[in-house]
Amino acid sequence: MTPSPNYGATVELIDVVKDYAGHQALTGVSLSVRPGEFVALLGPSGCGKTTALRALSGLEQVNGGSILIDGVDVVDVPVNKRDIGMVFQSYSLFPHLTAIENVEFGLRMRKIPTAERRTRAAGALDLVGLGHLAGRYAHQLSGGQQQRIALARALVTRPRVLLLDEPLSALDAKVRVQLRDEIRRIQTDLGITTLFVTHDQEEALAVADRVAVMREGNIEQIGSPEELYTAPATPFVAAFVGLSNRMPATLSDRQVTLYGETLGVLGSPRVNGRANGPVLALVRPEDLLLVPPATPGSIAATVVASSFLGSLRRTRLTLWDGTLVSVQHAVSEHPQPGESLGVRLRGNAVSVSGIDG
Amino acid sequence: MTIETSRPRSARRLVSVPPAVLGLTPFALYVLLFLAIPTVLAVLSGLFDAQGRFTIANVAALFTPDILKTFASSFWVSAVTAIVGAVVGALVCYALLGLNPQGTLRSMVDSAASVLAQFGGVMLAFAFIATIGIQGFVTVFLKGLGINIFANGVWLYQVPGLLLPYIYFQVPLMIITFMPALEGLKPQWAEANATLGGTRLTYWARIAGPVLAPSFLGSLLLLFANAFSSYATAAALISQGAQIVPLRIRAALISETVLGRSNMAGALALGMIVIMVVLMWGYSALQSRTTRWQK
Amino acid sequence: MSGVRPVGAAPGRVARTVILGVVGILFTIPIVAMLEFSLRNLAGGYTFAHWAGVFSPASTVTYAVVFTGLRNSLLLAVVTVVIILVILLPTMILVQLQFPRLRRVLEFICIIPITVPAIVVVVGLAPVYSVVARLAGSSIWTLAFAYGVTVLPYAYRAIQSNLSLVDVVTLAEAARSLGAGWASVLWRVILPNLRRGILAAAFITVAVVLGEFTIASLLNRVNLQTALVQVSKSDPFVAVIFSLLALAFAFVLLLLIGRLASDRRTRAQKKAS
Repeated sequence: MTPSPNYGATVELIDVVKDYAGHQALTGVSLSVRPGEFVALLGPSGCGKTTALRALSGLEQVNGGSILIDGVDVVDVPVNKRDIGMVFQSYSLFPHLTAIENVEFGLRMRKIPTAERRTRAAGALDLVGLGHLAGRYAHQLSGGQQQRIALARALVTRPRVLLLDEPLSALDAKVRVQLRDEIRRIQTDLGITTLFVTHDQEEALAVADRVAVMREGNIEQIGSPEELYTAPATPFVAAFVGLSNRMPATLSDRQVTLYGETLGVLGSPRVNGRANGPVLALVRPEDLLLVPPATPGSIAATVVASSFLGSLRRTRLTLWDGTLVSVQHAVSEHPQPGESLGVRLRGNAVSVSGIDG
Repeated sequence: MTIETSRPRSARRLVSVPPAVLGLTPFALYVLLFLAIPTVLAVLSGLFDAQGRFTIANVAALFTPDILKTFASSFWVSAVTAIVGAVVGALVCYALLGLNPQGTLRSMVDSAASVLAQFGGVMLAFAFIATIGIQGFVTVFLKGLGINIFANGVWLYQVPGLLLPYIYFQVPLMIITFMPALEGLKPQWAEANATLGGTRLTYWARIAGPVLAPSFLGSLLLLFANAFSSYATAAALISQGAQIVPLRIRAALISETVLGRSNMAGALALGMIVIMVVLMWGYSALQSRTTRWQK
Repeated sequence: MSGVRPVGAAPGRVARTVILGVVGILFTIPIVAMLEFSLRNLAGGYTFAHWAGVFSPASTVTYAVVFTGLRNSLLLAVVTVVIILVILLPTMILVQLQFPRLRRVLEFICIIPITVPAIVVVVGLAPVYSVVARLAGSSIWTLAFAYGVTVLPYAYRAIQSNLSLVDVVTLAEAARSLGAGWASVLWRVILPNLRRGILAAAFITVAVVLGEFTIASLLNRVNLQTALVQVSKSDPFVAVIFSLLALAFAFVLLLLIGRLASDRRTRAQKKAS
């Protein structure tokens, strides 16, 4: 398959609404994807990310809104005419066909002549590095290999849009990391517009150009991985993306005060309808420092436990007021359980949420 | 299962493994006594004559035109009812697809199928006598419409009369056997077919059809075997004669001289077993193909 | 769970209704015919006389053979269930715990009775039963030994579908590590988890035994089915009435099995959600 950059389409969801009996799965979702862009739909189960993807594919009918692919509304176009490629979470390879026959299937549906079919299918298998397994059946392949073949099958027809529905969730951790990098590489080479659903925030941040965090049927925030991590727009996003410590603080005049320090606040929060009052500051573990006890300006704390994570350490401590925090620091520091230390804030701006949020 | 309740320590250590194996002996003995030995006896009796001398005359007699005709009748009835049962049963399974497995309609059909598949052969005969017997419900009803189904003789009490009763238990058996295969069709296959540009027709022709084929054929074989080995209904409807193989065995058991050869029942039993083994071997081969694909 | 799948393999409403409707009607006809037949008055019109006759006290005399057959069949059913519970069940548990590789062998053995049908086995049963008669007398209950073999495939499948869902090995190991002896493990840990399969096996055994004809008839014993055949020659109404009763009874039994199975599932689902 010769890479032809940017043959991807523009995708637009405009106010898409989807109801199930008694429950709104999508409450007016709007999303705009540029050609060749890789967008991840991220969120907890039930947030609507899979529904949005399936609505885009045509496997679900929507109750309202438009879905535009290259400017054309496809809401009334049946699935098999939308020219998309889709990779499912599992079990999607046809069990009675070999790998290469699976890959050829879409070409067969488009009535491509046999010789061309074979060559293109073989090319697609080579693209995912599995040309040597062309004659195998699904039950003879590992999970990772099956998903690669599913990817080849979806791509061989050169669709305008590629949809991936949690393609890595059923795989082992190591395979997951390898495969996601490969998917990203192939996607970049081909320049195909891609939407990728996952509940794993680390995965989303690692592969996507932009991530849309979804919650209860709509998008809370969409932005680059860095934006979501450093400037979460809502407490939900701050809590969902990356780890956060919740530390009691007071909000007043767009600033938050905690443990004697005053920090800037991300976004313009109104907590419980008010711009002032007691809140929880969401502080990243890497925005806290460990210092010797009784250092001026530090918060007195006792070490609970320390975990070695290979390239860094994460230590949990109880602050003098009982708050539990996690601090991320260099491996060279070895806090012991029961040790007294001080904790300092680095001073970066933080998100806030309500006391019970 | 009564392994080490009250043994002294040393003895327990010595006999740690064998007692478990001993636990298998009751079953082994039971199966030996009431399955293996009778079967062997049944088959062997065909190889001996009335005086106890070894002979292949009985087995050779299986190939006389009369007995071959009996086997042919059995085959014919089994084949027809198996095919009709398989097709109708598969259609019913298809109609049940997508229904809530815990829902009322589905559980009712499941229960009805279980009951009718087990509906003891004798009672089935009564049911059909009441339905299409000479004074049967349907017979009388059709007569009222001017249709006399027995215009060319009363066929209910002959081989053709077995067809309808057999179909009556073949269809439920097909539903029970084939439904798991249909339920094993993953929705992802239909969805993948759609996203790749296929239609419902291509789905059934290229994907569901081939995937279901081994299971369908396996069930067909099972239905054939089921009809072939069925005795009670035939015995109740056809009170004497040897039109199909099980009835011929009855005749051989009840009267000592059939065609002047004793121990014919054994030879017939041997013939039946050979056929059944071939059928069941085919069935299990097809089943393992199905489970492999639907993991 | 999900909305309508436009690409699904499921049939449309029309197809579903037509197929189920037609087949449903065709299959109720014989049952309706039986009912209609049992209500027929020989002089014309309909009457409950036949049904009344079966349930009246005098019937035990007139239909003595049927009631003997019924009694015998019920006795046989009980004994067969006992055989299954005492011989098959422990063996299945033992194999699952200690001899996992023998599972396929056990499964194969339990499928054999389908390959070697009753009509074949009965040819060799006569000599076996003459031995049995010498050892245990020739009363009717000894027939249960043969019946146990006939129901093996069904009972095996019923118990196995339960057994394969319960990790008896882990449960037994956990119980043993907590100090339980094998008797406790069996009685307190394993069997309570197999209740569903055991009940299903018992019910299906009863259904099969009540409907058995081949072996009883060719070994010249009296059970429900042979008695019905005998009676049907003189009084077809009784035969049909008993068939309907047996059908209803079997339906209830199997409905209960179905409920047992789904109760478990819905309870598990409720726990998970």
